[in-house]
This record gives sequence, C-alpha cells and structure tokens, in this order.
Amino acid sequence: MMNNILIFPMLLPILAGIILIFFRTNRRLQIVVSLGAMIAVAVVSIYILHTIQTEGILRLDFGGWIPPFGILFVADSFAMILVVTTSIVTFICLLYAVIAAGKQMNTLYFHPAVLFLNAGVIGSFMTGDMFNLFVCFEVMLLSSYVLLTLGGSKRQLREAIKYVSINIVSSWFFLVALAYLYGSVGTLNMAHIAMRVAEDGQGPMLTTVSILFLIVFSLKAGLLLYFWLPGSYSTPPAVTSALFGALLTKVGIYALFRVFSLIFPHHPELTLSLIGFMAAITLIGGSLGAVSSNDIRKIAAYNVVIAVGFILVGLAISTPLAMEGSIYYLIHDMVVKALLFLVIGAMISLTGTSKIEEMSGIMKNYPLLGWSFFIAMLSLAGVPPFSGFIGKVLVSEGAIQNGNLVLLALALLSSLFVLYSLLRIFRNCFWGETIISKDEQLPLHKGILVPCLILVLLTAGIGLGGEGLAIYVTDAANTLLHPEIYIDAVFSNQQ
Amino acid sequence: MKINDVILKTVAKAVVLVILTFGLYLFFSGHHTPGGGFIGGLVLASGFVLLFLSYDVETVSEGIPISFKKLSAVGVLISMSSALVPVFFGQPFLSQSFGYFDLPLLGKTELATVTIFEAGIALTVVGVVVNIILSISEGTK
Repeated sequence: MMNNILIFPMLLPILAGIILIFFRTNRRLQIVVSLGAMIAVAVVSIYILHTIQTEGILRLDFGGWIPPFGILFVADSFAMILVVTTSIVTFICLLYAVIAAGKQMNTLYFHPAVLFLNAGVIGSFMTGDMFNLFVCFEVMLLSSYVLLTLGGSKRQLREAIKYVSINIVSSWFFLVALAYLYGSVGTLNMAHIAMRVAEDGQGPMLTTVSILFLIVFSLKAGLLLYFWLPGSYSTPPAVTSALFGALLTKVGIYALFRVFSLIFPHHPELTLSLIGFMAAITLIGGSLGAVSSNDIRKIAAYNVVIAVGFILVGLAISTPLAMEGSIYYLIHDMVVKALLFLVIGAMISLTGTSKIEEMSGIMKNYPLLGWSFFIAMLSLAGVPPFSGFIGKVLVSEGAIQNGNLVLLALALLSSLFVLYSLLRIFRNCFWGETIISKDEQLPLHKGILVPCLILVLLTAGIGLGGEGLAIYVTDAANTLLHPEIYIDAVFSNQQ
Repeated sequence: MKINDVILKTVAKAVVLVILTFGLYLFFSGHHTPGGGFIGGLVLASGFVLLFLSYDVETVSEGIPISFKKLSAVGVLISMSSALVPVFFGQPFLSQSFGYFDLPLLGKTELATVTIFEAGIALTVVGVVVNIILSISEGTK
C-alpha cells in the first residue's frame, strides 16, 4: 500500500515557501499562497489522522528503501494530532500577521520563513529516523533565527545572539548523542533502535546516552534549562512570539515523549524520576518568574515555561490517564498560548508600552480584547469549560493513582500562580482609570480581533467537545505506552 | 594605497577554471564513488568565492548576473520536484530510477534521475555558500 500522502504535510509548506522567495515583493501572492498552503496541510493531516484510526499507524519509506535501511515518515495519532494543531494555529497566526503587521513584514521573507519553520516542526513530528529528527530540528531552528531577527531592532539582535548560541551548543550535543547512540546500537531508525535497546536491556552506556538526549531536548523544550526562553520569546513581534510560544517548545516536548516512551522506557526509576524532578523545578521557577515580572511579554513567556513543566509531569507519571492528560494539555497549550501572545501583542501596539504599571483601563476602550484575554486566562488556569480543564484533571488523576503527591501538589499550585500572574495583568491593565481618552483612542483594526476570537472559540470548543477528540487522544496515549505497536507498524512489510 | 594584485588576479583566472572543472568532476563521480551534489557544490562555490576575493563584488556580479539567493531557491525547487515526480507514477516519494542509453560520442551511458536531484542540491549549496560570503562582506561597511 502506498502512503505518499504522508509527505504532503511537510512538502506543501516547503514548496509554497520556495515559490514565495521568487515573488518577495508581491504582498497579495505571499498572503494567498501561505494561507492556502496551511489550509491544505490542515486538511491533509486531518485526513491522515482519521485514516490512522481505521488502518493503524501509517508509514512511508522514502525511495522504497525498506526500514531499517532507508529513512521514513511514521504517522501515529500522537504525531498527527500535533501536526493538525500546528497547521491550524499557524494559519491563525498568519491571519493575524496579514491583518496587523505592516507591508514591510509581509514582504520581507516573513511568509517563507514561517512556512519553512512549519516544515521543520511537522517533519520533526512525523519522522521515524533519529538523524532525520536532527535535520528537521535544524530546519526549524534556522527559520526561527530568521524570524527572531526579522526587523533587526537592537533588543532583538541581542536576544538572538543568546538564542543562536544556545541552540548551536544544544545541536552539537544532539549530534554527539546521536554519534554515541549510533556507535552503540548501529542503527538510526527509531523503531530499530528501540528493538536493539530492548534486547540489550538498556545498560549503563545506553542510559548515559539517554541522559544526553534528555539534556538536548530539555534545552529545546525549556524543561529546567529554560533560562534563554523568557528573553528570546519576549523580543520579536507579536506574531513571531505567538508562533514560538505555540510551536517551538512543543517540538522538544514531543521528542522527549517519543524518545523516553519508545526508545528508553526500560529504567523509569532513573529517567522518569529525573524528568519528574526537572518538571518540578521548572514549575517552581516558571511560577516565580511569572509572578515577579512586570513586563507583560515576560509574564506570557514564563507561562510557556510553566506549561512545559506541567506537560512533562504527565510523562514523569506515565500512566494512561496522565499521558492522555498531557496530550490534551499539549493541544490546549498550543491554541491558548497563541491566543495569549496575540492579545498581548495587540495590547502593546495599542498602548505603546509593555509595562504593567503604565497601562490601565484598556477594558473601557477595547472590551472585546479584554474579554479575549479573560478567557485565555481562565483557560490557562484550567477553569471549565475551557480546554485547559481536561488536561489538568487527567494529569492530576494520574498523579493520584500513582501516588505521586509532590508532583500533584506542584502541578496544581502552578495553576494558581498562572491565574495570579495573569489576573495581575487583567486587574492592572484592563480595569482601573482609563489612560486613553475616547478622542486619543487608537482605532483598533477590527480584523485583529478575528484571529483572537477564532482562538477563543477553539479553546472553548476543545473544552466542550473534548469527547470528540477522545478516540484520537486515547489511541495516541495507547501507542506511547505500548511501543511494540509502533515497532510492529514500522517493521510490518506492507509495501 | 592600491595593492598590486596582478599576480593574484592572473593566477585566480587559471585556478578558478581548474576548481570549477574539479567541482563538476566531483559532482558526476558522486554517483558511484566519493563526491556528489553537496561536495561538488561546495567546491564550485569555493571557485566563485575565489573570484569574489581576487576581484571586487561589482566586477564579478557584472560577469555572473545571477541572484545567488534565487539560485538556492531554484536548487531546492529542482530537488523537491524531482523527488515528487515518482509519486505520480505510483512509486514512493524520492524513488529514483536509471537506465542505459546509447548516446552519440559517449556510447553506452548510464542516465539516472538521481543526477537531477543532486544537481538541485549542488545549486542550493552554491547559492547558500556564496550568499553567506556576500552577506558578510556587505556587513563590514
């Protein structure tokens, strides 16, 4: 059976991006092609996700080379859920860029960079080969360097130097870890590595390699090693921050889930405890950062850190319920982080400042923006019926079943800190004396609210219609907890 | 003070020809022996960089009036399209095929579709490397 359709979620953004390089100055074409490509990716990936439910995990061997010899794409529910969410969130962010950002932004290779970023993210989710994962990471990172420096303000360049150096170091670590892994198991195909590691029983050498991977992906995901994150996520324009906050850390999280459920699940007492410990510290550090900062962009960036800690609590617990909770929370977080950063971007462009104490009474001028923020806040804090609730409940239930009360307490406490940090913005910036009089009020472009409102509807929809996602999420968690399903799918010679 | 670089310029003219020929040789030999699009592309790019170093950017740009940014995009486009073609013939993505043909002068020759894919890679590498060097030289003003 031929599964060539699996290549299209990654290929369409690349082709669209290349075409747009030739027509850099044609703003209309940039907009139409990039939005069209993202819609097409969303449709194709929803179709693939749906097919997986009836036909099991799909794979595509590039050039017909049977695994473990060639490289391949593997589509299981976990990967495809993330691809679907990625394409939808990117579409909405692009919509915001089209409406809000100036002509300069729309013609300065912004659209090609976003499309290549997406190709890297989607490729990382779908690949079944460790080295390919590295390559897709690099595609994603190179595009993110471009997006981070686009505009070229002094602040952006300063943060970009940190971001680029930290990522080059972690990519180097990734390569070293890959070399060790290849040296010890002699293969790069993930399923094949998993088989060989299982045969070997994951000895001390392989466990050390797994820790090296843990460090690499933690740097990318912002797990414990998040010191670079608040700075670089809070400097670029709102759309770029939204894309980074929604997508980039999620790729690191995906890699952690994949590697520690498929390849190195044999010594949970060491690896998973370590992840749990790192997640706990991330939750504490992120919470402290979020409540102590006075810059609304920094607060939002620290909220990204808290979410990373929370999602990895699910991996540390690794029960079916906790895994499902983490997957729900991943979907939720991609949607609602984009919403948070977009709303904050709109607030900054309206008031011209990002300091909490310099803003007041925006609610009076722009009520719809205020209520969008309010809903983002409720959703992030995990208040039903919004999307954060399901994830938090399931992860907490998993923690209770597993008796891991410390992680449970920290996860729930962090929700309070999220609520407090955002409530502070809501109270100071939206309530109170209005600083902008009706005459001086900058007209809020009506269109800016459209992407925000779509995201609000999505977060409410995921919360209310969580049942509809249940079959996909359950299947994804099931595959993660039973790596043999994944391995069998890769080695069944269906072609 | 103007540096006397007659020797550099004269040698560069000859050496660039050798480098470009060697780059092409590496590109074609990559089918069965060490070499290929990436390595060939790097060597070709080094030839262009030598030209940019020994002459100034304006002179070379006049002689080679192509945008290296677009060249790399063309390269990726060629590679991706050649990878996509097998999909329309019911083969997996990236499948390659080859055949033997009797060509005038060359006799029996092996022609492989992978050469098109590799040509795309070579163009991309040339475009990216030269573009990096040109961007750095612009920045020193």
